[in-house]
Amino acid sequence: MLNKKNRAVLFNPLSKDNPVLVQILGICSSLAVTAKLEPAIVMGISVTAVTAFSNVIISFMRNTIPNSIRIIVQLVVVAALVIIVDQVLKAYNYEVSKQLSVFVGLIITNCILMGRLEAFALANKPWPSFLDGIGNGLGYGIILVIVATIRELLGSGTLLGYHVVPQWLYELGYENNGLMILPPMALITVACIIWAHRSKNKDLQETN
Amino acid sequence: MKQLIKKYLEKIKPDFMPDGRLHSFKSVYDGFESFLFTPDTTSRSGVHIHDSNDSKRTMIIVVIALIPALLFGMYNVGYQRYLSIGVENPLFWNSFFYGFLAVLPKIVTSYVVGLGIEFASAQIRKHEIQEGFLVSGILIPMICPVETPVWMIAVATAFSVIFVKEVFGGTGMNIFNVALMTRAFLFFAYPSKMSGDNVFVASDSILGIGAGNVVNAYSGATPLGQIATHAGGDLHLTGITGEPLTLWQEFLGLIPGSIGETSTLFILVGAAILLFTGVANWRIILSVFVGGFVMCWIANMFPSEAYPGSLISPVEHLCLGGFAFAAVFMATDPVTAAHTDTGRYIYGFLVGVMAMLIRIYNTGYPEGAMLAVLLMNAFAPLIDYCVVESNVRRRMRRAKRALKNE
Repeated sequence: MLNKKNRAVLFNPLSKDNPVLVQILGICSSLAVTAKLEPAIVMGISVTAVTAFSNVIISFMRNTIPNSIRIIVQLVVVAALVIIVDQVLKAYNYEVSKQLSVFVGLIITNCILMGRLEAFALANKPWPSFLDGIGNGLGYGIILVIVATIRELLGSGTLLGYHVVPQWLYELGYENNGLMILPPMALITVACIIWAHRSKNKDLQETN
Repeated sequence: MKQLIKKYLEKIKPDFMPDGRLHSFKSVYDGFESFLFTPDTTSRSGVHIHDSNDSKRTMIIVVIALIPALLFGMYNVGYQRYLSIGVENPLFWNSFFYGFLAVLPKIVTSYVVGLGIEFASAQIRKHEIQEGFLVSGILIPMICPVETPVWMIAVATAFSVIFVKEVFGGTGMNIFNVALMTRAFLFFAYPSKMSGDNVFVASDSILGIGAGNVVNAYSGATPLGQIATHAGGDLHLTGITGEPLTLWQEFLGLIPGSIGETSTLFILVGAAILLFTGVANWRIILSVFVGGFVMCWIANMFPSEAYPGSLISPVEHLCLGGFAFAAVFMATDPVTAAHTDTGRYIYGFLVGVMAMLIRIYNTGYPEGAMLAVLLMNAFAPLIDYCVVESNVRRRMRRAKRALKNE
């Protein structure tokens, strides 16, 4: 079940082949939903679920899908799964669903999804495709959680809604950084993570 | 004395060479040596003409040009503090000393943080220390309100030096003005400390100087703040104790505002120094003022209660807020401004127009000079490109015409 090849499929996207850090995919949503930690975690789980199951479904159908309409078929599968996720969120976690607003629906357009379907699910068996979807979803989710932790901690002084920055610090004159809540700081935070990641993994550095 | 220093520098030089014991501070040594003495290095290839006026000396001239506005800013900080506690005619030295104590920590902070990062990054990248921060370091405290906490200035300076300057490649490579980005960072990150009625006049005594309670009629609103929150009726700008302001006071700078920006008179003295030494470009300064004046004049032609800024005369607008400071010291930054002469006129004019457009028609922002300069920084390369291209096209047409006539 988890031979060496499958392990690579599952774990590579977490760092060496990370969809956000290395492939620079899914940047829009990682800027939009990371102001707070909770929606970021929910978004990470949603994307992981959608990527994994759409990968499995497409992989099952890979030999029957006519090549000329494969994008449409992929879209139908992804859209169906996204609607399910959206309805589940609305039913069980309405507050977060409201915070995520259109971004759950926009999972359909997330480049990571179409990228995995095209690049992996169409050419591999269901089980490796499932692992690939989980791996890429988690790789995306990890970055979301890191960015959201930094932004919520510095921007609101809370984590998951609990006050983390102690009161005496505010009394000394500390203030939350309002810029952290705004999208530009998300971009800079992602850029810093990429910077740190590249300088640790020398083989990822482009030469020019 | 000079000989002594030179001898001492020569003596400690081996320590800083690649195999010396202090070799990790080589860039610091180089920085100080070339700061004190003209460097003896020469170009290795090609033909070069060297001017004695290198970037260190250019930067020092800008700092000298900033001194009048800075000293007046210090005096004004104290003057406004004494006014707020009911002292009508404070002694000059009391006011100045109070302002000096209020401003000095900010200057020290911005220099220590900024130069620290510059030295560190120069050493890491094995570059020479670049002197761009000499000017930014004094500009930063001058464009902050007096009540800005020191740690905020430190955070903003660090952010700005790293993300606006060093990641683009250091001095001379930045797209945006470093000092203005520091202010923009503060403005968007800590809005309660950068705008409003409680930050532009010092509110505490320092070492027992300027102690007292504020008078009843006190309001810390700056003239532009009063315009932005004006709610109908006649608009009369007042000082912090409710006295009406005269145009002379606004021009001289005895009004609340960011530390160095209030005095149009002393900013113009600085402008004269910059223009006399040829450091700043007169085209930019002139066209910023013209652009601002034209925009205010148009707004003033169609006065509207909804936009109280349009009720103020153009000349008064030019004296208020940070407009003059931005025109003389920010827009003229040789790194981020346009580089062609025609481009400079366009760039400056648009800075002026934008600043006044934001100030008058966006009631959310009382002042627009900072945002205008940053916006035009982004467009400066495009302006230069268009000017160069249109020049090329004109010459091509002329060449074709000449060929046809032959």
